[in-house]
Amino acid sequence: MDRKSGKPVYLICNADESEPGTFKDRQIIHKDPHQLLEGMIIASYANDVHLAYIYIRGEFVEGAKILNRAIAEAKAAGFLGRNILGRGYDLEIHVHRGAGAYICGEETGLIESLEGKRPYPRIKPPYFPAVLGLYQCPTIVNNVETLCHVKHIVAMGGAEYAKLGTPNNTGTRIVCLSGHVRRPGYYEIEVGKATLRELIFDPAFGNGLRDGRKLKAVIPGGVSAKLFKPGEKVKLKVRGPDGKEAVSELDVLDLPYDFTSVNAAGSMSGSGAIIVLDDSADLVEALANISVFFAHESCGQCTPCREGSLWLSKALNRLTGGGGRARDADYLVKIADNIPGGRTICAFGEACSWPVQSFVGKFKDEFVAKGAADEAKGSNRDGAQPAT
Amino acid sequence: MANASTIQTAPPAPAVEKITVRVDGRVVLVPKLMPDWSGKLAPTTMIQACQAAGVEVPHYCYHPSLPVAGNCRMCLVEFGTPALGPDRKPVTNADGSVAINKSPRPAIACATPVSPGMELYTDTPAVKAMRQGVLEFLLINHPLDCPICDQAGECKLQEYSVEYGQSATRFVEAKVHKPKTVDLGPRIMLDDERCILCTRCIRFTRDIVGDDALGIVNRGSYNTIAAYPGRPFDNNYTLNTVDLCPVGALTSKDFRFQMRVWFLKETKSVCPGCATGCNILIGSRDNRIYRYTPRENAAVNGPWMCDTGRLDYKWIGREDRLKEVRGAKGEGRSWSAILANIAGKLKHAPAGSVAIVASARLTNEELYLLRKLAQRLGAATDTIPHQGEGDRLLVNVDKNPNTLGARLLGISAHPPGANLNDFAAGIRDGLIKTLIVFREDVTRFGLGADLLGRLETVIASSILPNETTERAHYVLPGCAPAEKRGSFTNAQGRVQRFMKAVEPPGEARPESEFLRELLEQVTGRPLPANPEGLFNLVAAEIPAFAGVTWAALGDAGVTVPI
Repeated sequence: MDRKSGKPVYLICNADESEPGTFKDRQIIHKDPHQLLEGMIIASYANDVHLAYIYIRGEFVEGAKILNRAIAEAKAAGFLGRNILGRGYDLEIHVHRGAGAYICGEETGLIESLEGKRPYPRIKPPYFPAVLGLYQCPTIVNNVETLCHVKHIVAMGGAEYAKLGTPNNTGTRIVCLSGHVRRPGYYEIEVGKATLRELIFDPAFGNGLRDGRKLKAVIPGGVSAKLFKPGEKVKLKVRGPDGKEAVSELDVLDLPYDFTSVNAAGSMSGSGAIIVLDDSADLVEALANISVFFAHESCGQCTPCREGSLWLSKALNRLTGGGGRARDADYLVKIADNIPGGRTICAFGEACSWPVQSFVGKFKDEFVAKGAADEAKGSNRDGAQPAT
Repeated sequence: MANASTIQTAPPAPAVEKITVRVDGRVVLVPKLMPDWSGKLAPTTMIQACQAAGVEVPHYCYHPSLPVAGNCRMCLVEFGTPALGPDRKPVTNADGSVAINKSPRPAIACATPVSPGMELYTDTPAVKAMRQGVLEFLLINHPLDCPICDQAGECKLQEYSVEYGQSATRFVEAKVHKPKTVDLGPRIMLDDERCILCTRCIRFTRDIVGDDALGIVNRGSYNTIAAYPGRPFDNNYTLNTVDLCPVGALTSKDFRFQMRVWFLKETKSVCPGCATGCNILIGSRDNRIYRYTPRENAAVNGPWMCDTGRLDYKWIGREDRLKEVRGAKGEGRSWSAILANIAGKLKHAPAGSVAIVASARLTNEELYLLRKLAQRLGAATDTIPHQGEGDRLLVNVDKNPNTLGARLLGISAHPPGANLNDFAAGIRDGLIKTLIVFREDVTRFGLGADLLGRLETVIASSILPNETTERAHYVLPGCAPAEKRGSFTNAQGRVQRFMKAVEPPGEARPESEFLRELLEQVTGRPLPANPEGLFNLVAAEIPAFAGVTWAALGDAGVTVPI
């Protein structure tokens, strides 16, 4: 945070919850909006912020109403507005509704949108929000869930709070479980205290798959996260009860659901959205569906994501539409490989290419088979003839 | 638009802090801060360091005179920084060299600042692959209509395709279709399918012109450049977007489909439209001018020019141009005969009986010859001011390109035009018997037909016919700046030379040529036969130009004290 600039500091709560499979912030806003406001007020006070915004996804009409009502209540109770609790501290919180773009969840895109512009993510450097954020002033941007933690960290004390979860992954988080489980829903867990297997099969969480179904794949952190295939082995450094670190090989389902473990396994716990796919799922269809989302939501500012996301989507829809080729599997990965890894302005490049890399990488046979079947039927359309 | 090279001694520059970086293994010393697009000092970027090292980094959206956008991703490079130990001190390798931490992610050279000891790698297989990837993405939805595209031959997609393109496409999907022949404004046509969305045009009109006229609608691959519905893109700088557009999306309605650019001969010149003197290139073929484009000069116009100046060339090819030298009946019809007759008359003209209305559209060299003629004849001189609208960017209210030259050479009255009333009185009183007029129609400025009728001799030189030339006894057809060489002195005292692009029509000749011949006949003294020699005489005689030579003017000109 740039505190020496002499400019005002802003706090923004990122409530543009749009990652497919994710519904935790909505629950918090609907069920306990004051928890969020309290976290924001504390965070604002700590950072000498006098103007804070909640940028809420446009589709969350009800959520925006709830938040505005909560803000009015907080004001009436003297927790917001002028001279809060007689401490001479002023804070206003404004709710700003987005207009329906996933990219506004990217913090600099959000800031542009809040400034009334097209939500093109900014280039970093130089536009790090902590230095040149909203109106070119130092700005803190945090997610709803993060700001809610503030209340509990302050109430419990840092040391006590840090006892929740596991040593490098403290606290709690909300897991959004969806897909082919019997009990989809949102579950607050201590970070790392439950494995993916437990989250899917434990009666306290997902309670398993439908009868007669087998687990096919798990997307561990929203659709942009790389998917896991049951049976994948992951090497993980685990700290034993004696405090010593040891490398152990785990089935991917036995991974503790925390940030570092899921990262170490080559994916991410991202938004905490776990999407479970059983053996009834057609992964080509599933990936095509995801790709339509990303092609629709790419802001189009920078070349690889703008062109790559739609290209992938068109190719996948050709494949699901009966115009596939056996070599489309390689074709898709080659296209996807040109998008991520710092080639784009924001992480959308990763978000739209990782699913392709992981779906096709781990289930290549299905993609090849689908394309080969189309070729055998001769149904692939003229433009997509095998190379001569 | 600073850093004018000047003959005045500049105050010693403050010491510039420099940092050392490596570009593809080559050590270069670059200033820590360099001017950004607006001229403000900002941390030196990778692309500036590469430029200092003589390494070209391909790019579309980056333009040194526009705010950085960072969207095309063509300028991605790999880089590393000195590795720091736990004590924050640099780590050295076994051989004593500084250990480098190579960044796992590339960076856009246009926006990323360099830091001391940074190493840039622009030539690695990974960088090449990234450039190939970006170019492929830019081309998949591009119409590839080069054969009918005006940009062909000066298109960055074509240029980089040579280095980073592929011979065959692997794209088998349907292309995105977007609006074509979008009429953006009176001078600009847009083909959205050719557009690569670099936003140079948007940034130019918003940040340079101050007219937030263009934007992007839709999203993702369907992004489309557009003007606000119902509002034309019509400021006086719109045609710069055609130059800025790295592809064929924005085309000039005036130039499109007129000529393949590779056939154009490009001649360095100066716009004669106002006292700013924007540097230009004249594109011509077979003695016909097809376009003016701005020629970058940081001291004058930067990389821009106004639309008015850019399109003000058509009169040069007008059919009714003065093409014949004309004298009184029976005086012959050749330049030599007519100049001899005029010289004969002038030689015997009593002092004070000749007045000269010159023009601040003439070159320094031509005005110098008129000055010498006036000195020899004891003639009073003046020029006629032409004022119009100006703006804060480039357009000067003074529509004469050489007002300052005319002043420095002592041709203009103070203020210019102040002598015209005296001329009228002198003619009316019969004191002035001969009037020499260059490039002006004096009948519109107080010396009407009745007054001209009282004169014994009216000698008029012009390019286009006017009432003065109609009533003149002698008509000497002259040249547009595009048809001759010479120099102007702009409003800031920048002396700039221009070159000849096309031949004048018929018998028309550069004014400096026939003025020299006339002066030689009047004085009997030889004069240099070219603008170089004449300019060097100007420099020798006029204090403001002291020390400047024609050669020193170079392409960018020299600022003289005013």
